[in-house]
Amino acid sequence: MKTSFTINGEVKSIDVDGKTPLLWAIRDDLDLKGTKFGCGKAACGACTIHVDGKQVRSCSFPVKYAEGKNITTIEGLSKGGQLHAVQQAWAEMVVPQCGYCQPGFIMATAALLNQIPKPTDQDIDDNILNVCRCGTYYRMRKAIHRAAEIYASK
Amino acid sequence: MTARNKNDKKPKSKSRRKFLVRGGLGTLGVFALGTYILRNPLRRKVLGIAETLIAPYSGSGTKPNLWFEITIDNKILLHSPKVEMGQGTFTGLAQIVADEMNVDIEMIEVTTAATSTGIVDSIGTGGSLSIASMYTPLRELAATMGEMLSIEAAKQFGIAKNKLQINNGTYFYGGKELTYAQIASQVTEWEIPDTPTLKSSKNFKYIGKPVKRIDQIAKIKGDPIYGMDTTMPDMAYATIIRPEHVGAKLRSADTSDAEKMAGVVKIIKREDWIGVVAESYVEAIMARKKVKVEWDIPKIWTEQGIREMLKVGNGDKMITQKKGSALEDDDDKVVTIEFSSPLGAHAQIEPNGAVAYVNEGKATVKLSTQVIGITQKQVAEALNIDLDNVNIIGTYLGGGFGRRLNTSHAVETAIISREVGRPIKYFFTRQEEFQNDTFRPPTHHIMKGKLNDEGILEALEHHYASGDVAINSVLLPAPLHGVLGTDIGAMRGANIMYKGLPSHRSVQWHTTLPFATSWWRSLGLLANTFAIESFVDEMAIKSGSNPIDFRLAILGDKDSGPRIKTVLKEAARIAKYTDKSDGNRGMGIAVSTDTGSPCAHVVEVAIINNRISVEKVTCVLDCGLAVNPDQVRAQCEGSIIMGLSASLHEKMTLKNGKLSPTIYGAYDMALIKDAPKEINVHLVQGVDEPLPVGEPPMGPIGAAIGNAVRRITGKRLTDLPMRLS
Repeated sequence: MKTSFTINGEVKSIDVDGKTPLLWAIRDDLDLKGTKFGCGKAACGACTIHVDGKQVRSCSFPVKYAEGKNITTIEGLSKGGQLHAVQQAWAEMVVPQCGYCQPGFIMATAALLNQIPKPTDQDIDDNILNVCRCGTYYRMRKAIHRAAEIYASK
Repeated sequence: MTARNKNDKKPKSKSRRKFLVRGGLGTLGVFALGTYILRNPLRRKVLGIAETLIAPYSGSGTKPNLWFEITIDNKILLHSPKVEMGQGTFTGLAQIVADEMNVDIEMIEVTTAATSTGIVDSIGTGGSLSIASMYTPLRELAATMGEMLSIEAAKQFGIAKNKLQINNGTYFYGGKELTYAQIASQVTEWEIPDTPTLKSSKNFKYIGKPVKRIDQIAKIKGDPIYGMDTTMPDMAYATIIRPEHVGAKLRSADTSDAEKMAGVVKIIKREDWIGVVAESYVEAIMARKKVKVEWDIPKIWTEQGIREMLKVGNGDKMITQKKGSALEDDDDKVVTIEFSSPLGAHAQIEPNGAVAYVNEGKATVKLSTQVIGITQKQVAEALNIDLDNVNIIGTYLGGGFGRRLNTSHAVETAIISREVGRPIKYFFTRQEEFQNDTFRPPTHHIMKGKLNDEGILEALEHHYASGDVAINSVLLPAPLHGVLGTDIGAMRGANIMYKGLPSHRSVQWHTTLPFATSWWRSLGLLANTFAIESFVDEMAIKSGSNPIDFRLAILGDKDSGPRIKTVLKEAARIAKYTDKSDGNRGMGIAVSTDTGSPCAHVVEVAIINNRISVEKVTCVLDCGLAVNPDQVRAQCEGSIIMGLSASLHEKMTLKNGKLSPTIYGAYDMALIKDAPKEINVHLVQGVDEPLPVGEPPMGPIGAAIGNAVRRITGKRLTDLPMRLS
């Protein structure tokens, strides 16, 4: 089945079974490896992307629902070589350790800021539900607040 | 085209050998083996051998391996024998090289050495030892490398070496310039000098400074740097069917329906697993559902059954520490409290897996592994080919935590590739991860203690039972198990650090469980410290003294005693520790020492809706010289949060004979909402050399939380994960 969508500003068509999780279309058909596989059951958030600006766990999102949608992955978050505000804040606070879960967290945070530009700690607790095993949460919270500042100043 | 500085051509053999051998020496033992009580001289001797065998860092001195490569764009590429799994080792190594070669850190790049391109550590990356063990050898190597370049620069300019001027990888003389890259591309035979004098610490530009991680931009941008991201041309995807019941064996499998599924390439039946290979991952997963498997399930294991097996008094007994007399059971002044910790999963987010191609008697395997050298041996043995015909290409790891010391999946992927005749990518499903982990074993502890008439502790005993940690692991050769008689991994943190006590002892009971248990960040440290430091706190309360003075009185001045006292006092001072609680909030303190690095935490806990919430942690760590204080702090923060998660949330169990849960969420791990909003890390430099960092801060966290809960509620929590009801 052919499915067409816009991903990181480019229109792409792929020919896979419509039930295929979007994650595998992105990773294996489009060769964008920044979106990670963690659990396959929408439980860890490593595969978080944006579909029409909202965060989606792509491991549990069938390709057929992506038809005509506007998709952003971590590779498309930075524009024109300039890191996105969330990525800038992440670099300032030196958040990543192993780094594997970080694209998912960065995408979830960027989606949160689209919705709530100045999130409180409670907003963060309620909306950032991804899993990080290295335990970078402490710096991550600081980076989310910092990203909101950078966002606001733009 | 790149210029490889020392391996392409043969340098003077004598000098070169010295050069490599110097670089290949490890400096620290993994375990504090000196604390053993081993009267048996044979055991003492074997222990000496074990210490050598599990030395943290061992590069080859006879093979033409390489450390540094100078690239055409004048960068210095370090082929690291240690892998980067988040602990910041690559950044620390880059700082060390930049300082000793007097170049900007931007000139340094670090990559994981593959077995074919560099010196891999034949033991592995772990024990928090990467920086500690490589600090001096790498400084010597980098300084020597700098000297070699200067010798060649002087030759090419035709001047004496002391006339050279150098700035950031470029030499200047008489209006002419020569870059490292230009020099390296000209040299056919390197002259290797004696190791030059190393830089004085007061001249360090990078060592000891909070340099930003050199890998962080790649990680923030989502670059394809992990084992899971690797590919090979014409690759097929495999998935593996394994038993879900503990101890189950494959009886029969009907694969006829699965073979008809779209995209299926081949189905491989082995003695204990079935590999399903298809053109895409999704097709492989769809096809595996059609395989009809029957299992022989000899026994339905239960959590209770495991608990019964794993009790103080069961299994192999070994006294690992003994001073003074043992406490008598009929002494009514003896206080006894039992503690326990559950089975724990690694739950690293990047699944285990590999991409392998076996063709014409040669194998190439790309994967995330903590043990490149061991993975190479295992693949070579399984395929029955020479070691030299197996190239292991290590990548960045999406978490290690000890899980990637066991890489049997590399062997399985290679076997499938050989059977199919194509490159194969295989990785675990999350259920497979949770059911085939090499878990942190459950533990059981009996603490005994006795106060003297002045209320000072006079005797302390730690009796503990654990499953395998070091025993049956790839890091400890099997013949040594019986001779050692002790699981040295389960022993981490088990011996009493209060050397001022007239009587103290530690006794291990070891049992091998029906599923694999092994290395998990900090090994026995978290559970052992939880038992010991919770008990010591309880004894302090019984004695009516505050928990800091109570500990200071028994720490003693031998060994690490003074350094432990310092971190304890500093943590209490900085956090303004108090025993007072308002009924909802309170503080807890605990201390431990691991691989030479003492660490104390003061935690502030709030009880919110009958839930334990850790609001703030003050951590004081003495890890000697912090090569990168910011990354040392990051390791402390990570260790605290992972330890908090294990102490308050995580638990594996058995359900109908299957290890469970099998997914995040159900396997309850700390999320951002559960992490302390404040973590204050203070570093104390008790010695001049770098010491281990990544695991020691995990030690006291569970006990510190439990001790805070005790002060708030009056209730002593004795079982991990701690819950109020």
